Amino acid sequence: MSMLEVAGLGHAYGGVDAVSDVSFVVEPGELVCIVGPSGCGKSTLLRCIAGLLPPTRGTVSLHGDRVVGVPSDLAVVFQDYSRSLLPWRTVAGNVEFPLRDRGLSTVERRSRVEEALSWVGLSEAAGKHPFELSGGMQQRVSIARALAYRPALMLMDEPFASVDAQTRADLEDLVLTVRASAGMTVLLVTHDIDESVYLADRVLVLSQSPATVVETLKVDLSSPRDQITTRGTDTFVRLRTEIARQIRR
Amino acid sequence: MRWWVRVAVLLGALVVWQLVSVLAANPYFPPPLRILEAAARLWPSAHFTADVLPSLARVFGGWAAASVVGVAFGVALGRSRALADYFEFVFTFLRTLPPPLLVPVFMLVFGISTEMEVVTIAFGTVWPVLLNAVDGARSVDPVLADTARVFRLSRARWIFGVVLPAAGPKIFAGLRVSLSIALILMVISEVVGATSGIGYQLGTAQGASDLPGMWAWIALISLLGYLLNRGLLAVEHRALAWSRP
Repeated sequence: MSMLEVAGLGHAYGGVDAVSDVSFVVEPGELVCIVGPSGCGKSTLLRCIAGLLPPTRGTVSLHGDRVVGVPSDLAVVFQDYSRSLLPWRTVAGNVEFPLRDRGLSTVERRSRVEEALSWVGLSEAAGKHPFELSGGMQQRVSIARALAYRPALMLMDEPFASVDAQTRADLEDLVLTVRASAGMTVLLVTHDIDESVYLADRVLVLSQSPATVVETLKVDLSSPRDQITTRGTDTFVRLRTEIARQIRR
Repeated sequence: MRWWVRVAVLLGALVVWQLVSVLAANPYFPPPLRILEAAARLWPSAHFTADVLPSLARVFGGWAAASVVGVAFGVALGRSRALADYFEFVFTFLRTLPPPLLVPVFMLVFGISTEMEVVTIAFGTVWPVLLNAVDGARSVDPVLADTARVFRLSRARWIFGVVLPAAGPKIFAGLRVSLSIALILMVISEVVGATSGIGYQLGTAQGASDLPGMWAWIALISLLGYLLNRGLLAVEHRALAWSRP
């Protein structure tokens, strides 16, 4: 069974379509990137998939269950890490916070927090507050929070759009390694064509607003990927050119 | 600024006051040393348990009740558009009433009693807390609200773990305004309708033409105001340490 199935999804704000007739599936363990031009309705699409926004048309199903409201085994990493973390809680406190309503024992919660923080390389910063960390580290905290929650599907909404280029490359590699160790299914939305090719098993290309899927490309690049060599391969260059052409169209 | 500079300025002002009041020799404005004398006579006496403590209890009682009600209603109104639509007009109207205006009404209803004073204080202090709590609860970042929904926080955890801390800075600002209003209302309600308390003693001293005594009570009220504010600031400093990176 597919992890995520989106069928005929559409959303309109006051009669104006933001997303129109989007259909695709994500298989368990896949990392799928949705790439599209700025303002094309990517975030609206992601909010519909997360159950934060009821779609005007169509359906979203998570491992076969129709999504109505936010499903219990889904996590989102938002672009605005600084606004999505609780400034009054420590790094560990932030990661642990959503686990408190999940009926886990203190021991279990603590071990999940430790594991998630070690995955993102923040074990040392567990007792710090978000404001003591750089932007990239704050985004690691929100990734750790999503990982500790152990969702079936992790949605990422432009997760690296607010960090500098070097941090961005580091966080991209972090997502790839963490996804391998946690065996996570990831759906990541971005406007950055190179990023989508570098990260994804499959890239869905969205059109200008109203967003619809104009192309699905399988990324047949070998793993593990490398920021320098992977980006230099013919396959990478061919895919990014293809996507750029689709978006420009 | 160094602490001794502040102390020096304060002492200088007192010295000037002393000199001016001795030279002017106006009985309504006794020199500070006379006031200090009266304070040394009055403050540590039986008045402490009979008047000072009851006054403080009324301030805290009224203020605490107003704080609980104000925060509870404020958070509810701040997070619910519907509730705000129902009540905002009523509250806007009620808060424009100057609280001392209601002392005669409360005196009729409750008589000369502690209830009257506590209700007066509570009525006057609830508004700053309430309005600030509404503001604070409304200002919770939408991304944070989405995050709470995504992680399916329970209602209690959302309110106590997210909304209240996020509204904390605003709530504390309201609490501080309220505390100074509480002190004012304590004095007013005790001057006009009490048989004990600092305000009552202030009125009695004035009636008996004990002017140094009257000034000693006034000085005590301002001293208490200062100490209470400092105490609340200390609590706020601890509770909101996260908001001052």
